Amino acid sequence: MYVYDEHDRQMAAERVAQFRDQTERALAGELSEDEFLPLRLQNGLYVQRLAPMLRIAVPYGMLRSAQLRRLARITRDYDKGYAHFTTRQNVQLNWPEIEDVPDILAELAEVEMHANQTSGNCIRNTTTDQFSGVQADEITDPRPYCEIIRQWSTFHPEFAFLPRKFKVAVNASEHTDRAAIQVHDIGLQMMRNDKGELGFRVHVGGGLGRTPMVGPVIRDFLPELDLLTYLEAVLRVYNRYGRRDNKFKARIKILVKALTPEGFAAKVEEEWSHIKDSPTRLTQEAIEQFKGYFTEPDYEQVPDVKDVLATQRFENREFDQWIGHNVDTHKNPGYAIVTLTMKKTGTPPGDVSDRQLEQIADLADQYSFGEVRVTHQQNVVLADVRKDQLFELWQAITPMDFATANLNTLTDVICCPGGDYCALANAKSIPVAESIQRQFDDMDYLYDIGNIDLNISGCMNACGHHHVGNIGVLGVDKKGQEFYQISLGGSSHHDAAIGKILGPSFAREDMPEVMQKIINVYVDNRTEEEPFLDTYRRIGIEPFKERVYA
Amino acid sequence: MPDVITSDGSIRQDDWVVVPRPADGESLDIPEQPALIPADLWLAGKEHFEDRDDIGVWLDSHDEPETLAGVVNELPVIAVNFPKFSDGRGYSIARLLRERLNYQNELRAVGDVLLDQLQFMKRCGFDTYVLRADKDINKAARCLNFFTQGYQAATDTDEPLFRRRAS
Repeated sequence: MYVYDEHDRQMAAERVAQFRDQTERALAGELSEDEFLPLRLQNGLYVQRLAPMLRIAVPYGMLRSAQLRRLARITRDYDKGYAHFTTRQNVQLNWPEIEDVPDILAELAEVEMHANQTSGNCIRNTTTDQFSGVQADEITDPRPYCEIIRQWSTFHPEFAFLPRKFKVAVNASEHTDRAAIQVHDIGLQMMRNDKGELGFRVHVGGGLGRTPMVGPVIRDFLPELDLLTYLEAVLRVYNRYGRRDNKFKARIKILVKALTPEGFAAKVEEEWSHIKDSPTRLTQEAIEQFKGYFTEPDYEQVPDVKDVLATQRFENREFDQWIGHNVDTHKNPGYAIVTLTMKKTGTPPGDVSDRQLEQIADLADQYSFGEVRVTHQQNVVLADVRKDQLFELWQAITPMDFATANLNTLTDVICCPGGDYCALANAKSIPVAESIQRQFDDMDYLYDIGNIDLNISGCMNACGHHHVGNIGVLGVDKKGQEFYQISLGGSSHHDAAIGKILGPSFAREDMPEVMQKIINVYVDNRTEEEPFLDTYRRIGIEPFKERVYA
Repeated sequence: MPDVITSDGSIRQDDWVVVPRPADGESLDIPEQPALIPADLWLAGKEHFEDRDDIGVWLDSHDEPETLAGVVNELPVIAVNFPKFSDGRGYSIARLLRERLNYQNELRAVGDVLLDQLQFMKRCGFDTYVLRADKDINKAARCLNFFTQGYQAATDTDEPLFRRRAS
């Protein structure tokens, strides 16, 4: 993965010094709250319901074991001994003290980490597929391009005060989209054109929040060398013409809709025509240099263990289920991709203790070349596990609660911190996730109903991505009471879609039962092997409505 | 006389005043001292100012700098107004004036100009700054110089870091 050179190190150190100075001026009253706000947000620091919250960047989800150990130490020294994996591949601390933040940043900088632009109206952390570089059906590894975007967007002088936040995601798999690129401000799908040249299909104006939208394609093919100049053109058009009069209409999706995708694309092309050959244009040499950081690890010749694995699976049902759900195919036949699930019932989705962070670090060192990836589903991936070590790994992680074999099932819930922690939330989300997990605690039943994305947000800012859950849950406030609105049919994959609202919202205690009715409608109507989303698309929302509101 | 910060962080004083846009029906009142007038009004009657070399213009954050194409270098000073520090349009306006319209003379940031925004303004091509009156002008030099380099090309450099690394 990417390693800082002297330039990155210098800028990281300068950034810590700058934020220390800004914090001191804020605490001394030289900066008003209003003036300090964007400065602290651009450094991931929110002032929250119970305490400040610090969001630490994990660029495109990649972490080294040394970084995990440092995070563990920071949660112990400055927080309450746990952290939270977010739905954008980042890590959050829930209880730091504002005056400690500069010291935390200094500790992070020592292990090449930071909190730059993890919040605020600027370009945020670029996200991608957690299986990048290890899956078979990939056009090319997207991570070098993510790092190129990270560096270009870091402290970009023109785009530090955009109308609203701005998120970029990159996907390189042909058949799946684990990065949900079509619900990002810019979604980049890697592809090759007819001539075999590498580039991107560019979606602009997707997003969740108050006005959920699937991002239209505004350029069918963008050659790779043009990546940054084109992004700069999109951002400049947005910076100049995005609405600034109304926070709820300030995202780029509103501008794209107002101008129409064609009209917006024309404006971008016009702007781009002036800057496409500017010094910001990438060079093949530069791309190769970035690619040099993402070379394959030293894979070994792993003996064929097909028979051994088959026996182990036959003899041990739980191991079999784990392999079936939490282990994915690696491009190297001797290796496998293992997802550690952070979704044990009773633990808030994505929460990890300091000890668990260290355990993950140890697992990474022992089984996966010292690296892990954080997923936007709030799990952690060991991307390069030898197949002959799978059984041993499974035995090791079972007592650590990382082996719950529910990946991609109904209980692998995406869930924001909600009203338990977040000042923006209208309702709690964690207890809803837990009550549904309890309702569906029978693993055989869970496997029978198959892969279902259940996404829960505590407010319409949609950190839990509820619009694109096959089943989405949104916490709403009705006269001071917490209620939950359900939507069906959303998807964040290649067939991206925004879910449809089922009807009036429900009280929290009714949620497990309502969820059970929805699943019953699916089970009653599905044809063999038909996943939830397909059944929904075939029969529509009416049968669900009839049952739930009967 | 107002204090003006320059990009190296030093402070000087000059006489330039920003002349606000006149209310509807009122005419522009040009002072005798060096004056920055709304850009569209200068464009509409620039022949009236030909005998003065101390008339510049200012652009508001929603103004289009392209309207000055071809004539920018007739102006000794162009100011860009930041109505609120969080309004980032002025950064794009500055880069367009410098990089698209090839403006060579003084580019000044006015309005809600605070210390922590100076570094970005400098990289986008501003060379003078009128800090909001309640801010400590003596901290400007420090705030302009937190960073010794940047990742991107911008008005201040043609060499993004990926090109510097390669050379």
